[in-house]
Amino acid sequence: MNTSFQLHDFVGGIHPTDNKVQSTNTPISFAGIPSKLILPLTQHIGTQSKPLVSPGDTVLKGQLIAEAQGFISANLHAPTSGTISAIEARPVAHQSGLSDICIEITPDNNDTWVERTRITDYKKCDATQLINAIQAAGITGMGGAGFPSHVKVSADPAQINTLIINAAECEPYITSDDMLIQERAQDVISGIHVLAHILEPKNILIGIEDNKPKAADALIEAIEKDADTPDIQVVIIPTKYPSGGEKQLIQILTGKEVPAGGLPSELGIVCHNLGTAYAVHNAVIKGEPLISRITTITGNACAQPQNYEVLIGTPVEHLLNISNTDIEKTSRLVMGGPMMGFTLDQIQTPIIKASNCIIAATKQELPDPAMEQACIRCGMCTEVCPAQLLPQQLYWFSKSSNLEQAEAHNIADCIECGACSYVCPSNIPLVQYYRFAKGEIKQTNEDKKKSDRAKIRFETRLARQEREQAEKDAKRAARAEAAAKKQAEKKAAAAANPEGAVEKKIPTADLQLLQKKFDATKAAVAKSKDKIAALEASESPDTDKIELLKGALEKAQTKMKDAAKAMAEAKKAEKATSTANADKGDPNSPERLKNKLELAQSRLTTAQTRLDEAKAENSDKVAALETAVANQKQRVQDALKALDESIQQTNQQNTTEIKVDTEALKQKVLAAQTRVDKASERLNMAKEQNLETVGALQTGLEKQQAKLDEAKATLASATLEDAK
Amino acid sequence: MSDIFIAVGALVVLSLIFGAVLGFAAIRFKVEGNPLVEQIDALLPQTQCGQCSYPGCSPYAEAIANGEEGINKCPPGGESTIQAIADLLGVEPEPLDAEHGTEKESAMVAVIREDECIGCTKCIQACPVDAILGAAKQMHTVIESECTGCDLCLDPCPVDCIDMLPINGGLPAWHWDKPGQIIATDATNNANEGKAA
Repeated sequence: MNTSFQLHDFVGGIHPTDNKVQSTNTPISFAGIPSKLILPLTQHIGTQSKPLVSPGDTVLKGQLIAEAQGFISANLHAPTSGTISAIEARPVAHQSGLSDICIEITPDNNDTWVERTRITDYKKCDATQLINAIQAAGITGMGGAGFPSHVKVSADPAQINTLIINAAECEPYITSDDMLIQERAQDVISGIHVLAHILEPKNILIGIEDNKPKAADALIEAIEKDADTPDIQVVIIPTKYPSGGEKQLIQILTGKEVPAGGLPSELGIVCHNLGTAYAVHNAVIKGEPLISRITTITGNACAQPQNYEVLIGTPVEHLLNISNTDIEKTSRLVMGGPMMGFTLDQIQTPIIKASNCIIAATKQELPDPAMEQACIRCGMCTEVCPAQLLPQQLYWFSKSSNLEQAEAHNIADCIECGACSYVCPSNIPLVQYYRFAKGEIKQTNEDKKKSDRAKIRFETRLARQEREQAEKDAKRAARAEAAAKKQAEKKAAAAANPEGAVEKKIPTADLQLLQKKFDATKAAVAKSKDKIAALEASESPDTDKIELLKGALEKAQTKMKDAAKAMAEAKKAEKATSTANADKGDPNSPERLKNKLELAQSRLTTAQTRLDEAKAENSDKVAALETAVANQKQRVQDALKALDESIQQTNQQNTTEIKVDTEALKQKVLAAQTRVDKASERLNMAKEQNLETVGALQTGLEKQQAKLDEAKATLASATLEDAK
Repeated sequence: MSDIFIAVGALVVLSLIFGAVLGFAAIRFKVEGNPLVEQIDALLPQTQCGQCSYPGCSPYAEAIANGEEGINKCPPGGESTIQAIADLLGVEPEPLDAEHGTEKESAMVAVIREDECIGCTKCIQACPVDAILGAAKQMHTVIESECTGCDLCLDPCPVDCIDMLPINGGLPAWHWDKPGQIIATDATNNANEGKAA
């Protein structure tokens, strides 16, 4: 069947001891139901699934317990019936040995199935229906990477011309696909038919290494049994690691290279693992979701190396127990193959959808890696690299964390097959370095993305703050403008009437000062007076001293008088300014006169009281005071008269002034008019009688006319003003 | 003699032509802004933490470009950022200026102890990247994916309810460490030295 097929080859590759025989002598057996099933929510590449159950819930076999979140994600089903005992972080099958969220099921050992929906005739279904069935069954790539299968089969059939089924199984020790084909070839072929129905490829190729002749024969036999199905070609390829790598297998079968960073679908090729085809058969034909897989238990520490059908979530410990593995002898427990697998730290780690092999290796079998030695630049790594990279260069760049250069040398295209590490005579763990560099690059890119986002957010924030500040400023400016306007209006109003209380503080201050001085001198005078009185009253009056004191008293009295004078002047000046402020200029205004009158009246009253006092004391001052009172009375009367007059005047002015103006002018005009008329009559008469007086009359008339004009003009201006 | 004039003339004509071309190019392909600032800014970690004493990464980038500031004032960027800027500018990398802080082991994220938050909004105003959500008298919370770990929200908090925790990305963020640097010959050398001593 494959005689006519043109095989290609890929550069590099190695031929490690395959160690497959040990586990192919016993048929696949069911591993049984363990006491606990641990189901990590992330068993695939993509977003973590979202749990649909909570602790305490009972679930049936095949029941959906966690659903896919987003397109690149996968559903998770209960592998057997039982109770959800926990949803918590557990160590998971991952290179990091870290813990992740897992759903733990305690099986009830009844293994009761949930109701299954089978697709009886997939040929009548359209692609979408089948893709949905695959998606619902939670199928992920069974080869190791665990990429959700529905994503791969969702490729546009028009662009796909080749479907490749990967049965190469090139890694040593692993025999799960080999045994699956040997025992269930018919189911595998059925699964391939379903995939072919979805993708409608022109060619269907199964790539299988020549170290599995029994499996190849089984496949050919199964294909020949199905006569009416599309032509499937089984291609037997030479055994060489890593021919089972997707890109390498495509290159072997088609001679085409998948471009760097590209996908096989760009070449019109879709590549699926054989185990995936089997899972598709189970999902579509039998209606069973992906709840179990074939896993190889092997290694020298394992007494009965063989393949088991294992429920997903079975702890590795359970498999070690049923295969009689000597845990004491096991120096390294490896999940996956010896080339690309990783060491498990804990035997509680569960089997996941992508776990194809468990190697319980003894110390002799997989010794601890030898001490790394200096690179001798032998170039063997370059010779074996299937991706045609420069492992040595990548090693230097990775070791010195020169990520830019590593990226420039296409470290992203490294498939981490480990061929370079395998051949390295210096035992350099090259792949570890590449993994480190890849991780760093990924981290750097993510940091870069985050920092770009932070920058945008920071700039947006600044812009927002600026905008807010501008708005605030605008508001503030508007307010300030309004305030300034008000201020200006106030100022204008103040300018219109400048008498607005411009206080003169200095004279008052002076006045106070003077008052103090006056008080002080007055006190001094009183003191000296007291002293003199005391001296005079004493029994032996010291006349000299009295004289001296009298002189001092006189001095003090003159000082007091000076002070009083100064004070009076200051008071006067102040009054003058205040009255000047209160009433500008006009000394005969009624207010001013009123003030005068009041002043005179108050003076009169004080004079009167003084006179009364003097009369009571029978003082000799009475006569002088009487004249003073008479004077004051006269002044009051004068002031009263002046006030009356001024009031009358202002009244007259207020009431008659305007009328007088216009009325008088009108009369004047009328009088002038009559005069002009009379003059003109006289002139006409004189002209008729031819009198000599014509010339004189003529000039008279002219004069009268001029007067009339004048009167008219003044009247006009007066009325105009009146109107204003 | 005429040869000299021809040569000089030819050179003059050529210089005029090239001058015109260069002059045109200077106007036609004028670069707006300083591209160096952008390049330096792209190397800075954009935490906007202000530890360099500039209000954000971009002003610091500008100061570096103008030669006003050393390249070793960015603790969040650390040695790798200093190295990158030194490579870009062609200067010698300097050790991180300890005056501005020290490089942290891992990236940090601010976490508000929400029970203790009194809803004062002070941290919201302090956050340079608007990564804190909340309203007055309502509990606040940090958007972890946007937090740059700049510490600027710690000081304004009146009740000290903000912690800086190392980011734990879990499985998706995990990646392999660099293999041990000791190689066999080093080990034997060390052993020999140990014996000799």
